[in-house]
Amino acid sequence: MSEELAIEASGLVKSYRGVRVLAGVDLRVPRGSVFALLGPNGAGKTTTVRILSTLALADGGQARVAGCDVVRDRREVRRRISLTGQFAALDDVATGEENLRMMGRLSGLSRVAARQRAADLLGQFELTEAGRRRVGTYSGGMRRRLDLAASLVGRPSVIFLDEPSTGLDPPSRQRLWQVIADLAASGVTVFLTTQYLEEADRLAGRIAVLDAGRLVAEGTAAELKQRVAARRLDLTCPDAMAFAEVSRHFGERAVHLDPAGLTVGVATDGSTAQVRALLDEADPGRCLIADFAVRGATLDDVFLTLTGHTQEAAHV
Amino acid sequence: MSDALTMAGRSLRLSARSPEALLTALFLPVMLMVVFVYLFGGAVDIGTKYVDYVVPGVLLLCAVTGAATTAVTVCQDLTGGIIDRFRSLGVPGTTVLAGHVTASLLRNVISTALVTAVAFGIGFRPHSSVAAFAAALGVLLLFVAAVSWLAAAFGLLVSAPEAANSAMFVLMFLSYASSAFVPIRTMPWWLRGFARNQPATPVTETIRGLLLHQPADVRLWSALAWCLGIMAVSVASCSLLYRRRTA
Repeated sequence: MSEELAIEASGLVKSYRGVRVLAGVDLRVPRGSVFALLGPNGAGKTTTVRILSTLALADGGQARVAGCDVVRDRREVRRRISLTGQFAALDDVATGEENLRMMGRLSGLSRVAARQRAADLLGQFELTEAGRRRVGTYSGGMRRRLDLAASLVGRPSVIFLDEPSTGLDPPSRQRLWQVIADLAASGVTVFLTTQYLEEADRLAGRIAVLDAGRLVAEGTAAELKQRVAARRLDLTCPDAMAFAEVSRHFGERAVHLDPAGLTVGVATDGSTAQVRALLDEADPGRCLIADFAVRGATLDDVFLTLTGHTQEAAHV
Repeated sequence: MSDALTMAGRSLRLSARSPEALLTALFLPVMLMVVFVYLFGGAVDIGTKYVDYVVPGVLLLCAVTGAATTAVTVCQDLTGGIIDRFRSLGVPGTTVLAGHVTASLLRNVISTALVTAVAFGIGFRPHSSVAAFAAALGVLLLFVAAVSWLAAAFGLLVSAPEAANSAMFVLMFLSYASSAFVPIRTMPWWLRGFARNQPATPVTETIRGLLLHQPADVRLWSALAWCLGIMAVSVASCSLLYRRRTA
């Protein structure tokens, strides 16, 4: 096993009460990179993180994190990693500073060192003022930042973030993304799970797509986007009847259907000749299409192509 | 050891900053004592001053209500994300639970002092040596530790803090059905067997016997056996349940 890899897993299998959650997951995450595990609710993202962070045992397969086996060298792994879960691991009635100091003491720092580390982290995460207030009074974004700060007290080399921005408003999300990007720039390895394609695209160097306990694709955001047609032609219809006709015409070829927006998307290379041909083909009588746009494929398109269902469909 | 102190400090901070729990632990027993002495006490004829009879019972009830909140704090820890953080820092589950039990003991020292002070104010007059007083306190705190571990196990068993709160009502009922407030001979025959042989009775009677200098009432071995037995079973259940919850 190479020391260049921060995370290396092969054949991870896990069932809960007879239900298979992971059906053989392999992962290789280079040291110092940001890796995103992308998938809908129930795909097995949290289970993967819990196994890699030693909090759950896999039924089968092996994993090494930060150079140590997650089962045999559990203690050593725990010393080298941190986990920020979906629920903030903080005491609401304690102040931000007290929370960080407690984590410092539990990571083996002396009283003085814990105090210093707490002050440093509060400064780094722009929480110095808030540090004196009880966590119960914090906004969602501040809690998430403090939670992240608390996970860094022990100076981990691999950081697991389980759905870090779920439930945050857009400005808080932007701010958290900046914090994560700064962390990555400092050289630690970041492994994050997300349901947001945009989040994976924005933060991660490499992305693995997890669906129903299986990896269905892995690569850089650009590589994944290339697996579907590079461009998409979106045709917007003037009314529901026209929409029905256009979508019926393209049938299986439609890669995007938006009944509310009366829009049908089809793959294209984006050339004038092909766009013109598609328009003529879809609307020979020149009355079914009011508007069109050519856009780059998004990770949403990738997701649909890879899993056969949209993120929303997977939620139901 | 340093982890244990940190965890105990944390649990104390949690208690000190949750006013509802503090009110329950401190004022409920005092109010109950006032109710028993002034409202029910007149109707209870036990041959001696009722306030002397009932104060040990109130101390027991105070221990039970104070210790039962351990179930809620333990349950809250397990339903939130903090237990995962503690685990990933290598803090054993028993250390987290022991922190809550330690806080429960300290809470009870305070509430016992408060109840005793108020009891003196309304006419409680113990007749005991310093040694007997210390022994009574020792038995009481051992009982608190046992009930706290029991409550911790209950907190690990249930899935919501609201459900954990019901531990208090079950335990309170158990302490009513003992010699804590009325002599067992006044109860219906079918309840007497249970009341005489459940842990609250020997513990109350031991404390009462020690405080009022009535050596005949002291059932020290029975009280100690119950406390240590409950504690042993609860600690074992805790480690089992903790492993199950965090698997």
